[in-house]
Amino acid sequence: MTASIAARSDEPRSRREARRRQMRRGIRRALANPSTFAGGAIVLALFVVALLAPLLATHDPVATNLAGRLAAPGTEHWLGADQLGRDIYSRLLFGAQPTLLIVLLVVVISAPAGLAVGLIAGYLGGWVETTLMRATDIVLAFPRLILALALVAVLKPGLINAVIAIALTAWPNYARIARAETLALRNADYVQAAIGLGMGPVRIMVGQIMPALLPSVAVRATLDMAGIILTAAGLGFLGLGAQPPLAEWGAMISSGRDFIFDAWWVAAVPGFAILLVSLGFNLLGDGLRDVLDPKHHDAS
Amino acid sequence: MTNALALARSAFVGFLTLAVTLTGLLLATFVIGRVMPIDPVVAAVGDKASAETYAAAREALGLDKPIWVQFGRYVEGVGRGDLGKSTVSGRPIVEDIGRAFPATIELATLAIVVGTLIGVPLGVYAAHRRNRRADHVIRFVSLIGYSTPIFWLGLIALLIFYAKLGWVSGPGRIATVYRYTVEVWSGFLLIDTLRSGNLDAFRSALSHLVLPATLLGYVSLAYIARMTRGFMIEELGKEYVTTARIKGASEARVLWGHALPNVMVPLVTVIALSFGHLLEGAVLTETVFAWPGIGLYITSGLFAADMPAVLGGTLVVGICFVALNKLAELLYPLLDPRTRAS
Repeated sequence: MTASIAARSDEPRSRREARRRQMRRGIRRALANPSTFAGGAIVLALFVVALLAPLLATHDPVATNLAGRLAAPGTEHWLGADQLGRDIYSRLLFGAQPTLLIVLLVVVISAPAGLAVGLIAGYLGGWVETTLMRATDIVLAFPRLILALALVAVLKPGLINAVIAIALTAWPNYARIARAETLALRNADYVQAAIGLGMGPVRIMVGQIMPALLPSVAVRATLDMAGIILTAAGLGFLGLGAQPPLAEWGAMISSGRDFIFDAWWVAAVPGFAILLVSLGFNLLGDGLRDVLDPKHHDAS
Repeated sequence: MTNALALARSAFVGFLTLAVTLTGLLLATFVIGRVMPIDPVVAAVGDKASAETYAAAREALGLDKPIWVQFGRYVEGVGRGDLGKSTVSGRPIVEDIGRAFPATIELATLAIVVGTLIGVPLGVYAAHRRNRRADHVIRFVSLIGYSTPIFWLGLIALLIFYAKLGWVSGPGRIATVYRYTVEVWSGFLLIDTLRSGNLDAFRSALSHLVLPATLLGYVSLAYIARMTRGFMIEELGKEYVTTARIKGASEARVLWGHALPNVMVPLVTVIALSFGHLLEGAVLTETVFAWPGIGLYITSGLFAADMPAVLGGTLVVGICFVALNKLAELLYPLLDPRTRAS
């Protein structure tokens, strides 16, 4: 009780301090939630593994050794070896790189695009809004994986084309969120004040409204990353993602498919990694939503 | 009078959006077909054809026409049910898909039944036990469903339940013995085997179906349970619920009799959407289970460089997807009088 009174009398002295306190409070709240903490730890581990793969690996991820093909997990190969005798543990570590690369590229392309569409539609309204949101709804109604699959198939299978195909269908969610929030903010006092001060629409959209949209977009992006990982893995499984000999988790499962009954670890290990990473992003996204979105503070 | 007018207006707008969405979908598959690096003329006549043959084939395929004319022809063809011919089998793609589609529908239908029958009660229960242990467990189970690569889960399930435990049959739709003995009537094997009175064949079909359907059902369960929980929590906070409780209604009655019927509208949308996702998820699942549906048709088209088959399959799944979304919208007024045009 005394603490809360003390906190209230201790008003932040500057804008920066207020912001810093808010952030600290958010981080504390996020860390206090075990599932957010676990999600954050998994995602952090993914980054560390992707960066330090050359240091952490025990073998060359592409070095074949036919004598040791399909070796069971043990002291030589911690997680076993695949049909070409390649060390699965090392391939798993290196496989974090394309996974992370695809996820980041897709989000970097689709989130700003969706944000721009939603912002413009929400702020300008009228026929611009109708046209943009109708287009958004159309793309949203497309089956994502199948369109990505068809697109990659006619382009050339590969990492970059997989990114393009996934990004082309990933932006509408951001557009919807950005528009809904822009509509709510358009008539906010501070935006009206900015209009009164004579700011142009571009300055208002970019400088005044966009910063307020970023938290929701960040949450959406984190949750989306889980789905992107699954889609990318699906494309890899069908041979449409990163091409061999590059270690990619989906492709690793596909190569283990033929030996699933004899050497289950070849397919089981990379699949578990996908599950873990995707779960990590989902947990983190859920937690971030609780922290950043005041509407969800009491719910869930 | 104004009522009828409003209804007609909303029907017209609805029809227009559907038409625009479908055109967008057609445009997408058309453009994808255009950017393909394979020359369709060479694919038809071979690379040793003379210049005249090439030109004639080009004209016959309509490729000398402006691009919008080509698109118009494409749309017209699809309208007539002509999706082109498979470059591998030479059969019309519509015929191939007609044969494969019931297998996918059978799988997805069973999966959605599993997902709904388990997912909705789980979601209701989680909302009831909010922030208690049961809620956390259900949330975690559905998060795993969200996060699992379904093709991997399929492989692991085959390893455990088919290879190790022998509880179910392996890949495929029915044991080879019965494959040609069952007369095709509806295309749904469970129905066709029962109709022919061959119980052994029915058992075989069921034991092939149960594993992929359960896995797909689990994925949709995850989504349905989560959404049900969210809707229910919102509903349980409303005043009429408090009123019902004060009047002494049992908690079961409050949950199932009062709150659940009121979340049916958004729930039906969720279920329709997950049915669409199941059709999509079937692409990977069918590949793993060698299930001869539209997903396997698309992926084997991929490996055989049979682009008309891939694009035709994509279009059909896309149309179903769009139609399901629309259907959910149309069901609104039937389920909730409040959304009826007034």
